[in-house]
Amino acid sequence: MSDASDIGGRTAIVGIGATEFSKDSGRSELRLAVEATKAALDDAGIAPSEVDGMVTFTMDNNPEIEVARNLGMNDLKLFSRVHYGGGAGGGTILQAAMAVASGVCDVVVCYRAFNERSGHRFGIGVQDRPPAPNTENAHYAWYSPYGLVTPAQWVAMFARRYMHTYGATSEDFGRVAVADRFHASTNPAAWFFQQPITLEEHQASRWIVEPLHLLDCCQESDGAQALIITSRDRVKDSPNGGAIIEAAAQGASKGQEMMTSYYRDDMAGLPEMGLVARQLWATSSLTPADIQTAVIYDHFTPFVLCQLEEFGFCGRGEAKDFIKDEGIELGGRLPINTNGGQLGEAYIHGMNGIAEGVRQVRGNSVNQVPNVQYVLVTAGTGVPTSGLILGRDN
Amino acid sequence: MSELIDALRAFEGRVIGPPTRALDAVNEPMIRHWCDAIDDRNPIYLDNDAAKANGHRGIVAPPTMLQAWSMRGLGGRTGATAQDDLLRLLDSHGFTSVVATNCDQEYMRYLEPGDRVTTTVTIEAVSDEKKTGLGVGHFVTTLQEYRDDAGEVVGTMRFRILKFAPQPKVEPRPQRPRPSITRDNAFWFEAAKQHQLLIQRCARCRQLRHPPGPMCPHCHSLEWDTVDASGRGAIYSFVVNHHPQVPAFDYPLVVAVIELEEGTRLVSNVIGIEAHDVEIGMPVVAEFVAFDDELTLPQFRPGLN
Ligand SMILES: [Zn+2]
Repeated sequence: MSDASDIGGRTAIVGIGATEFSKDSGRSELRLAVEATKAALDDAGIAPSEVDGMVTFTMDNNPEIEVARNLGMNDLKLFSRVHYGGGAGGGTILQAAMAVASGVCDVVVCYRAFNERSGHRFGIGVQDRPPAPNTENAHYAWYSPYGLVTPAQWVAMFARRYMHTYGATSEDFGRVAVADRFHASTNPAAWFFQQPITLEEHQASRWIVEPLHLLDCCQESDGAQALIITSRDRVKDSPNGGAIIEAAAQGASKGQEMMTSYYRDDMAGLPEMGLVARQLWATSSLTPADIQTAVIYDHFTPFVLCQLEEFGFCGRGEAKDFIKDEGIELGGRLPINTNGGQLGEAYIHGMNGIAEGVRQVRGNSVNQVPNVQYVLVTAGTGVPTSGLILGRDN
Repeated sequence: MSELIDALRAFEGRVIGPPTRALDAVNEPMIRHWCDAIDDRNPIYLDNDAAKANGHRGIVAPPTMLQAWSMRGLGGRTGATAQDDLLRLLDSHGFTSVVATNCDQEYMRYLEPGDRVTTTVTIEAVSDEKKTGLGVGHFVTTLQEYRDDAGEVVGTMRFRILKFAPQPKVEPRPQRPRPSITRDNAFWFEAAKQHQLLIQRCARCRQLRHPPGPMCPHCHSLEWDTVDASGRGAIYSFVVNHHPQVPAFDYPLVVAVIELEEGTRLVSNVIGIEAHDVEIGMPVVAEFVAFDDELTLPQFRPGLN
């Protein structure tokens, strides 16, 4: 069976909207959701009454119908949730694109809104997870009684093995943080606007969980991001232009666990992201050489290296050299996370990264890469995940 | 420390305040109220004839009322005393809590209506530092002497308190996070309580699998049994946790993926080694630790067996 899907190039993101990104929004999550959605619809020049589909994360606390009712929307023909935390990002776009390409919907909103810093913080982990006897809780039975309870800890286990296998170092991870913070430093929307870091500062930052320093870990943020998906032929009517969804894909692979796929033969790769990569390349008929810039999911720096390898920007174990020699900052071979990423801009579960992909295609990023034709955007790693390729409407 | 002992000893023999004469003479109404309150129906306290029949001149007061006759009422006492000084001295050395430990009374004669007692209080003894169930402290014994107007001692009371340093409350260690027990994983945690490290095995194709599940992913059999792992393995990967700190654990905390010699992997803690000495490939061996009544888990220590 082919990895290519029929949705390639038939739909587009025509609107993006976000709240400010903060550590304490002072507002309800629902209000963040409706603010971002209204802003995205305004950006697209589309009225709320035209929306007929809503997609968000299973982790989102704002039901589709609540957002729809507050915005005075009419009939919804698709309401859908994607599971597995930050892995959902591109999956929401895939759902929307499938709904539009198949004719089920005309306009779909994908959104994510949370007070992840001032409310429930993911960084605390699952130490208090009530042990109700169900399969999803039972997964943590093999980890939390040993004190392995946070996303940083789960990822660090892979990072240690990756370092062992390929000789990568903490400094190699640190270069990702430095690039993100460099890009954030010129982005007024970023939490770390005008606060670049050096590799020395990365190395000196305290341990969170060895081998991860504090500056290997993304922020915790309050905020919301919404995106408007419709058919490609409506791009010409969009006041701010659109980004064609050249391909969208999800991936969960053999032996998949939520953050703890420790039982596969190899722990130094991300096969589920490899599956996403194969589908994206097949559907779009593109290769890594066609990509000018990328938003590589960066909740923790080590998995950025694994993703560069899974997408074939470099060979296995060579990401450390790719980053050092080819460059992932503006002016390099593959500038990544030009918004500052989740380490620098905000942690909105990757949805703010999709918006940056749209800006790069539109040509109005604060860190615009020249002559962008195609942008790769990936979703959460270590979990069942997803990705997108966005392109210009030529 | 001996300086404090010397200072405490200096209080021994000191009289607390001037002698105080009771506000009221011994009287029948107070005797009757007392007997009502404590439900004492001894007729020598309540009935003149009965008292006389027992060789008294008339009604007598219950001996245990001794202290009651000398009480000053609410807010009665004023002025600092040697006892205040002693208690403050003990407070200043951290012995801030107080508990009465015992009270011994001695009665020389029955008090009769019309008697009026006068009380003198002396600090009789201050003990060396003692270790007690409540904490470290000093016992302070005071002697109260009750005299009638003729100056005869009618009774005494020795009252002992313990002034002690309250022990910091030792909170019981919070428990490790509980595993969610389902029908698919219960056998493993039950076996761990018996100090068995089990690996689930397909009953048909004999493939081992961990974490366990209801179906063999190779041959799809729902039948399974277990094998008893040797407990020997090697560290496949590991992390050293620093933050956040869950109260049940000591930090830095080493958590590792262990590859057992049978071929399956599991996550556990590595103990008995400094975190910075842990390495991938290091041979480890399991031992079982009962963390509480509900939770026993394998932990791994460097070594070959
Ligand atoms: Zn089988």
